Amino acid sequence: MSKRIDITGLSAYYGTHKAIEDVTLSVEPKAVTAFIGPSGCGKSTLLRTLNRMHEVIDGGRVEGEVRLDGEDLYGQGVDPVAVRRVIGMVFQRPNPFPTMSVYDNVAAGLRLNGKVRKADLDDVVERSLRGANLWNEVKDRLNRPGSGLSGGQQQRLCIARAIAVRPQVLLMDEPCSALDPISTLAIEDLMGKLKDRFTIVIVTHNMQQAARISDRTAFFNLSAVGKPGRLIEINDTEKIFSNPNEKATEDYISGRFG
Amino acid sequence: MHTELHDISPPAGSTGRRGDRVFLGLSRGAGLTILVLMGGIAAFLAWRASLALAQNEGNFLTTFEWNANASPPVFGIAVLAFGTLVSSLIAMILAVPIAVAIALFTTHYVPRRIGSLIGYVIDLLAAVPSIVYGLWGALLLVPHLVGVYEWLDSWLGWTVVLSYDGGAPRSLMTVGILLAIMILPIVTNVSREVFRQAPDTHQEAALALGATRWEVVRTAVLPFGRSGVISASMLGLGRALGETMAVATVLSPSAILSARILEPGGGTFAQNIASAFKEAGEFGRDALIASGLVLFVITLLVNGAARLIIARRKEYSGANA
Amino acid sequence: MRIPEHEYDGHEPEHPVTVADRRDDLSIHRPRLPRWTPAAVAGAAIGVAVVLGLALGLHSKVQWGLIAAVLFVLGQYALTARVEGRRRATDRLATSLVLVAFLIAVVPLASLVWSTIVRGVRVLDAYFLTHSMKGVAAISPGGGIYHALVGTLEQVALATLMAAPLGLLTGVYLVEYGRGRLAKVITFFVDVMTGIPSIVAGLFILSLWILALGFGYSGFAGSLALAILMIPTVVRSTEEMLKLVPNELREASYALGVPKWKTILKVVLPTCFGGVVTGVMLSIARITGETAPLLLLVFGNPAINANPFEGAQASLPLFIYEQWAAGNEASYDRAWAAALVLIAFVMILNLLARGIALWKAPKTGR
Repeated sequence: MSKRIDITGLSAYYGTHKAIEDVTLSVEPKAVTAFIGPSGCGKSTLLRTLNRMHEVIDGGRVEGEVRLDGEDLYGQGVDPVAVRRVIGMVFQRPNPFPTMSVYDNVAAGLRLNGKVRKADLDDVVERSLRGANLWNEVKDRLNRPGSGLSGGQQQRLCIARAIAVRPQVLLMDEPCSALDPISTLAIEDLMGKLKDRFTIVIVTHNMQQAARISDRTAFFNLSAVGKPGRLIEINDTEKIFSNPNEKATEDYISGRFG
Repeated sequence: MHTELHDISPPAGSTGRRGDRVFLGLSRGAGLTILVLMGGIAAFLAWRASLALAQNEGNFLTTFEWNANASPPVFGIAVLAFGTLVSSLIAMILAVPIAVAIALFTTHYVPRRIGSLIGYVIDLLAAVPSIVYGLWGALLLVPHLVGVYEWLDSWLGWTVVLSYDGGAPRSLMTVGILLAIMILPIVTNVSREVFRQAPDTHQEAALALGATRWEVVRTAVLPFGRSGVISASMLGLGRALGETMAVATVLSPSAILSARILEPGGGTFAQNIASAFKEAGEFGRDALIASGLVLFVITLLVNGAARLIIARRKEYSGANA
Repeated sequence: MRIPEHEYDGHEPEHPVTVADRRDDLSIHRPRLPRWTPAAVAGAAIGVAVVLGLALGLHSKVQWGLIAAVLFVLGQYALTARVEGRRRATDRLATSLVLVAFLIAVVPLASLVWSTIVRGVRVLDAYFLTHSMKGVAAISPGGGIYHALVGTLEQVALATLMAAPLGLLTGVYLVEYGRGRLAKVITFFVDVMTGIPSIVAGLFILSLWILALGFGYSGFAGSLALAILMIPTVVRSTEEMLKLVPNELREASYALGVPKWKTILKVVLPTCFGGVVTGVMLSIARITGETAPLLLLVFGNPAINANPFEGAQASLPLFIYEQWAAGNEASYDRAWAAALVLIAFVMILNLLARGIALWKAPKTGR
């Protein structure tokens, strides 16, 4: 069901500014891969290149290859809209559509694809909300606006919305950075459950979080402000946090910036 | 000498006191002058209008012709009200969708720099005086519309509303088209402002679900901008209702109230005032003032509604922030 | 189509069900039209429209353009629907409509500017700018707009002298002093005033100045009406600019023991001076083109009358209307030339104002 991603020699630009340079790494299926590193190292940019969201920014472009089970996402005849259906995304700040109800938010992605029977839609909405550990909290107010939920609930609503279209991969861009500790815990629990079904890539500032939830961790760094970010190393999370290969990784993890 | 921290009131120096009082008096006086002016406008228009209405032999609301100089004077606003309404309505139907489309085009379909350049040019076009639109409309637009009206007649002539017998189309439809062109810049610019504020996060959310560009616009931009577009349209409507010179140059007026909007004839409040003014005696002027009072009230209502919608929107977005 | 529920684990459903065809859903490849398709469709649509236009003998290019626009939109939709599917076709339809709407709007606005320039330069020369219409018959060529220029400049200057201080002070009152109900009422009526049709402002001055007080037509009567139209825009822009001035600046001044009125005059206003000037200039540009109230109050005059307080005067917008109404080639030429002068004046004022706004923008502005 879930797919692997192989990135080869990837560089991303904003206009003339190079944000990441020559990244090569693999993301394993049915596992959580965490991207960590200091601000500005390009980890979020890299995440956005994985579902072709980088190019919607004025001047955003990419060099190199991203293969989803062998298919190049940037190859000839690839429809970015179709890519984004297969690779879903959850953002830093919860962003439910403010004019839509809880129900309509979850159903939004499916409705885009044309006519759906009401009964099927009900089914998908319920399953997605259960999948996002939110059903019990919102089942009595499916028709209330999604923006009326708490921050943590909104973020889980966004996760429900993303998994409702049944992607293969779920990208999460610092999904807990705007949330309180209890909501963060709820989302971390959820991720442990979701990785059985999706390939998950998460960008996080929080190293404890990376250590808690991820199976593999990639560390990024930049040599100076304004220079492009680079991949320093990627390995099993346990290895990265106990005995990394690179000195820079160890410095960062132990709180010493070199 | 002690001032409270949370209040930004100035220290009460002995020299400041008098200066402050004078300056406050001046600025408050200016504000009050505006109130006096507004009251004066309503009062004077109502006073002169009442002089005319007292002697009107026709029914002011239902009479077609405007013979204020005849004795006894007979005049009514039926034709004018109909013409004003119809031409403004045509202008809205044509201008609002196009303005919304241009606003979307400049905010979501072209790179930002080109979009703001287009917005800037549209802003400048909003400054073109209405008399120039009128000149252009009468000398260039009118002849170009003959062919289009013949089409409309041959396909939709059976509706009677869109039938056309040929001849110079100095009609309410032409006025409506010209008004649409005139209010396009303002409606576009206000809509543009609103669409530009549509939050990126919601658009990205839609994109990440695999939405096409149109689907992003439909789910994350249009719902956000709806009330803004409505108030922009109302502002445009306010302009269209009161526009004088462009209508006076293009329309060939008559005291006919006809549903055949492609045919010349009819009139609007503002156009009638401009056209009938030079031949009007003192009583005729009072009669025109009476029709101006009606126009004044109508535009007040429309603009008031627009402001209300804008104010509501502010509260809404404030609560959401 | 439903996926069988064998993945159901008793508590939480494993996979959300989608109804769309799964094979299609998982493919990231879609048949796509080449990038040059819209250009090709546009070219074809224009070609067909020209052929049709010539064959049917349609004399107006407006009709050619409408045919081309309809063909372009339909062609894009049909082609995309065939190759890329319905969703893509809807997207393409929206894109084409938005583009066509933009072009439909550009054509008349460009035509307006273009024809004013082309027709305006025919009789526009130094003679035209320095002579009046005195003794020139409406149907014969010659004459100029000197009298109208004098009239417009005087009327606009007088209106500005009345409206700018009043508007400025009101703006200051609303932002710096206004907290109570009076300020709310004033704000409301300033909004209302913004929407007054210019002809209604003209009628008001007519009934007050001419009918009630018994004065005659004059440039000054016109400038009274123009001032009414100008006040609300000056108030609005002043308010907006004053609100941009940070409160810390006022507090710093009070802390030095400077009284409030001096703070406003010496600290607040100078900080946003550029913006206030921009607002005033934009409202000057707006009233310069007003015609309707002048028709009722200034009346028009073919000869030079440099005294705005006595007797009928000419004005540039009024001149355009009169020359249009005269209805012959010579007068049309004069109308276009005057329109060109008027547009040039308004545009230059606009550009200058925006230039000042950019140059003097308060640093907190963005």
